[in-house]
Amino acid sequence: MLTPVRKIPQREPEPLAGRLPLRNRAAGLGVLGGLLAVTVVASFAIGAQRIPLDQVVSGLFAPDGSQNALIVQELRLPRTLLGVAVGAALGLAGALMQALTRNPLAEPGLLGVNGGASIAVVLVIGLLKVDEVLVYVWAAFAGAAGAMVLVYLVGSYGRAGATPGRLVLAGAALNAVFSALTSGVMLLEPRTFNGFRFWQVGSLSGRDLETFAQVGPFLLAGAVLALCLARPLNALALGEDAGRALGARPGRTRALGALAVVVLCGGATAAVGPIAFLGLAVPFVVRTLVGPDQRWVLPYSLLLAPVMLLGADIAGRVVAAPGELETGIVTAFLGAPLFVLMVRRARIGRL
Amino acid sequence: MRAGALSVRWEPRTAAVCAALAAVALAAAVFVLGTGDFPIPAGEVVRALAGQGDQATEFIVTELRLPRALTGLLAGLALGLSGAIFQSMSRNPLGSPDLIGFTTGAASGALLQILVLGGGTAAIATGSALGAVLTALAVYLLAYRGGGVHGQRLVLVGVGAAAMLEALNSYLITRAELREAYEAAFWLTGSLNARSWEHAVPLAVAMAVLVPAALAFGGHLRMGELGDDAAQALGVPVQRSRTALVVVGVGLVAAATTAVGPVPFVALAAPQLARRLTRRTGPHLVAAGLMGAALLVVGDLISLRLPVALPVGVVTGVLGGLYLVWLLAGAGRRGRP
Repeated sequence: MLTPVRKIPQREPEPLAGRLPLRNRAAGLGVLGGLLAVTVVASFAIGAQRIPLDQVVSGLFAPDGSQNALIVQELRLPRTLLGVAVGAALGLAGALMQALTRNPLAEPGLLGVNGGASIAVVLVIGLLKVDEVLVYVWAAFAGAAGAMVLVYLVGSYGRAGATPGRLVLAGAALNAVFSALTSGVMLLEPRTFNGFRFWQVGSLSGRDLETFAQVGPFLLAGAVLALCLARPLNALALGEDAGRALGARPGRTRALGALAVVVLCGGATAAVGPIAFLGLAVPFVVRTLVGPDQRWVLPYSLLLAPVMLLGADIAGRVVAAPGELETGIVTAFLGAPLFVLMVRRARIGRL
Repeated sequence: MRAGALSVRWEPRTAAVCAALAAVALAAAVFVLGTGDFPIPAGEVVRALAGQGDQATEFIVTELRLPRALTGLLAGLALGLSGAIFQSMSRNPLGSPDLIGFTTGAASGALLQILVLGGGTAAIATGSALGAVLTALAVYLLAYRGGGVHGQRLVLVGVGAAAMLEALNSYLITRAELREAYEAAFWLTGSLNARSWEHAVPLAVAMAVLVPAALAFGGHLRMGELGDDAAQALGVPVQRSRTALVVVGVGLVAAATTAVGPVPFVALAAPQLARRLTRRTGPHLVAAGLMGAALLVVGDLISLRLPVALPVGVVTGVLGGLYLVWLLAGAGRRGRP
């Protein structure tokens, strides 16, 4: 008689490619672009004051000094531009980080970017007693860049070199140091705490065009660099040795990738404060759609992230009207359930 | 070593590391007992603990300061153990309870009590314990699919939950009155100030149940690291032991956070540090737990000696982080990954 064989747990098939067939991927990119355009228009029109589309257009190109034109020019324009730029930057930075560290949990904040920016801002508030947005921007940028360089130095120290695991651990270690110091400084004085608690929640509101003008060029440069890295990153995904055999230079790719992450994520955090989760979730969603090929992952992330960020921003204006919910809070509240749903249904996308 | 059904591999290095860590933790606890407005030398502290000191010293040591030291030791032990359990189960050093939402859930529960309902110490403790357990339950159920829970999926769902709860916490903090928010921020950093037997006794009871359970299932962790299929082939009931480990791990986090608040980094760093010290490839629960205790109590000792009043969470963050940096750099110099 046959003995009953113990049922072997069903193993999930390896995700060789995403769900979207190859021939539809370019079309998908077009659809995302269209979605972004719609979101941008909605971001101009929707808010505490609804503005009809014709007035949005006239307010943008032929401002007549009416109240609606003023709102479009002074409030909605900087906000929307920043939303697109910051969203794209965070999406790209997240995709880069996950590819560089080959860890699907890696997010841009992990390399110390948010921690460094926070400590710089809290020091500016606490010690220099400044409260000007542009000063925060540059302090945050400098802090983020400094932190990331430090993480990279620690992670690549010695003969072992900058392996992904070491970079992640170095980032987590230094992030803990930074965030502990940040709470230390913050708790010394209630006034500092009060200033910092509002910066700590990323928000698109209250920034003017000057912020965009100062950070924008950095974000653009970072994006170009990131997109150029798609091919070398694909080679890196095969592993150190196979990649090297294929002519990739892992060290150089990692250094350039890290540079792009600093510029993108540092700039984004500097402009609007820390926005969690976007950089983690967007590349994850994208990978389940198009698979691990970075030549698709990077552009998809570039387009999907701003759609989500602006969408969250608009939702925050609608839900709490006439006031508003900070963008960072809405991003997490909308993005997290979606992300959990995807995780439940998706095969875990390997890197 | 083999004794009936139990078999333990005798590893001299691991045993030495464990002994050293326990010694560090206990010594630091003795110094914590001696520190305060009324300093007591270490010898006197030991004598008071043994019941041979004078009455005033004995009162200060056993009634006023012992709860703090004991809470620190036990909470550190709990954090180290739970960190080791979750990191090993997810096979990811980032899979610590800090990052997968359990601590954040505890914080949300406590914040709701502090800022919205305005409860006292007991209410805050209940709130944080409930927050941790409910979050864990939700994460586990959401990660449950096809008759089991995949370690990686558990972590990813947890990260999503953490992001959402973090946003809720920020919302509460930004909408609250400055004075109350400031108080809440202190709690959120993790603090051992003003702990009494009211905190220490429930924690000790919880630990008496949870630690044996954790050690009983600890052996399965190592096999689990080989992968689900291999572990199954070696005779480990993968799903059953994983459920048990999740329950124990969550219980440990909830107990610790309820007693001291969400002290950062101990759960993340202790297993990593212990692993590098013991030079084992697999997890070692005892070493990780003792490392957690040592980290938290040494951190508390330093925070007591600082000229400014900072909660212990600030110190553990800086200390644990710098130590991990130093270890990483040392390993790098010797060319080890």
